[in-house]
Amino acid sequence: MTRSTLRIGAGAGFSGDRIEPALDLIEHGDLDYLAFECLAERTIGLAQAARAADPQAGFDPLLETRMRRALPLAAPRGVRIVTNMGAANTLGAARKVTEIARELGLSGYRTAAVTGDDVLDLVLAGDYPLIDRPGTSRDLGDAIVSANAYLGAQGIVMALSQGADTVITGRVCDPALFLGPLAHELGWSFDDHAMMGQGTVIGHLLECAGQVCGGYFADPGVKDVPDLARLGFPYADVTRDGVAVLGKLAGSGGRIDAATVKEQLLYEILDPAAYLQADVSADFRHVRIEQTGPDRVRVSGGTGAPAPDKLKVSIAYHDGYVGEGQISYAGPGAAARGRLAIEIIRERLRIIGARVEELRCDLIGMDAVDRRGAGGDPAEVRVRIAGRASCVQAATAIGAEVEALYTNGPMGGGGVTRSVRQVLAVASTLIARELVAPRVHLEIA
Amino acid sequence: MAGILRDIAHVRTGDKGDISQIAVFALRDADYPRVLAAVTPDRVAAHFPGLRPRLIRRYELPALAAVNLVLEGALQGGVTRSLSLDAHGKTLGAQLLDLPLLPE
Repeated sequence: MTRSTLRIGAGAGFSGDRIEPALDLIEHGDLDYLAFECLAERTIGLAQAARAADPQAGFDPLLETRMRRALPLAAPRGVRIVTNMGAANTLGAARKVTEIARELGLSGYRTAAVTGDDVLDLVLAGDYPLIDRPGTSRDLGDAIVSANAYLGAQGIVMALSQGADTVITGRVCDPALFLGPLAHELGWSFDDHAMMGQGTVIGHLLECAGQVCGGYFADPGVKDVPDLARLGFPYADVTRDGVAVLGKLAGSGGRIDAATVKEQLLYEILDPAAYLQADVSADFRHVRIEQTGPDRVRVSGGTGAPAPDKLKVSIAYHDGYVGEGQISYAGPGAAARGRLAIEIIRERLRIIGARVEELRCDLIGMDAVDRRGAGGDPAEVRVRIAGRASCVQAATAIGAEVEALYTNGPMGGGGVTRSVRQVLAVASTLIARELVAPRVHLEIA
Repeated sequence: MAGILRDIAHVRTGDKGDISQIAVFALRDADYPRVLAAVTPDRVAAHFPGLRPRLIRRYELPALAAVNLVLEGALQGGVTRSLSLDAHGKTLGAQLLDLPLLPE
């Protein structure tokens, strides 16, 4: 029995997102579903590294915090949860949620883990051309930490069909967190490319949570957004024909109108005629966006074509170390003293023979993020030296040399900070979809 | 004065690997032709001498009064490798807002 309308909300747009807006939606939003999108491209590699150190780890570090607060509100209201917080340990995450449900006295609470995205063994056994740079997976050699295919929504639908109250995934296409519940509840077929396309539009609009409600939008005097400190998260009322009306809770901060929805529609889209997903090649060109009331926007017209034959795979690999040091200069001649500091550091790294493979020297306030060559002498500059090295000692030397500018460098340098981090980089390849199948594992509290 | 892009448009910036993506939207539908005239790949490339993308693609979306600019190879290897302070290139769209408009 499928229903005529589904209300689905967004509870997080990235792993560190605010939690209160999600809890408010569960409590006051009359939701059927809430989806938390928490898995950035390299997060799964970091999680895999965490799991290597501790077999119980490897899922989202905030999973426990989120679920301890969300479950007591969601379970009595029958709000089902879908999230990719499983990261590199989806089964472990499902067990953790089940443990929390037991502690909360939610006997019989069903948590499903959707696995199948981990294709590390396949990638290590084969040789796959990289799609975002020259070379193949074999060139990355021993540095490979993880390889995960972007699954579609079918595993989520399988889990919901088995009565899961919460569905935990690892790597899936972000919109699939929403497309899964929509397809399951509204009876959409995966062969219906138009509905898969429109469902992808809806998922894409919701997946960054606050960003469709005026987050990442405010430009004072031009595009004002009320009360960003209390930014509301969005929900969509979706009917069987795929038409969605976006909204947020009355009294929450932010705004939803044609402008915020248009910006989110094209966010991180390359070719709007072919947004490639595991379930569909979605076409955003004919999407209609109409404001129907205060903070209410109707979205229709998304469509699609059959999905590509292959699935995208993200490969995380160790890529050496980045060392960084910063120091500030102010007053007349600040920029010239900053430039002198940079010259000194370049020379020092040569003198001490630090094997730095790539060095970037910025004057923050002048050219660190500006790519226009805007120029002009500011009241203060902050020198930033960042370099890549294969060994931690060379990376560490960068910050040490910046710190030594205090007593050996130009006049009036202050506020040194320094850091070294291990780099986990990501490369992408493609894999035949027949080699990848989602599997569902159910845990019952 | 013909003004700058900020007078007639708003922008949203995203990234995908080593690709920066800047969507430009006319504030009023009537200004869409002026937006199209302003944000040609050549003019965008000239506005960002420090960026040096390999290629700029432009997708027109008349139903949304929008243009999607896709700047390939613009992010020094992308967020996981770049040494840039803004590895995502999130500030780039805002920097496009002072692009001069063409006289009407």
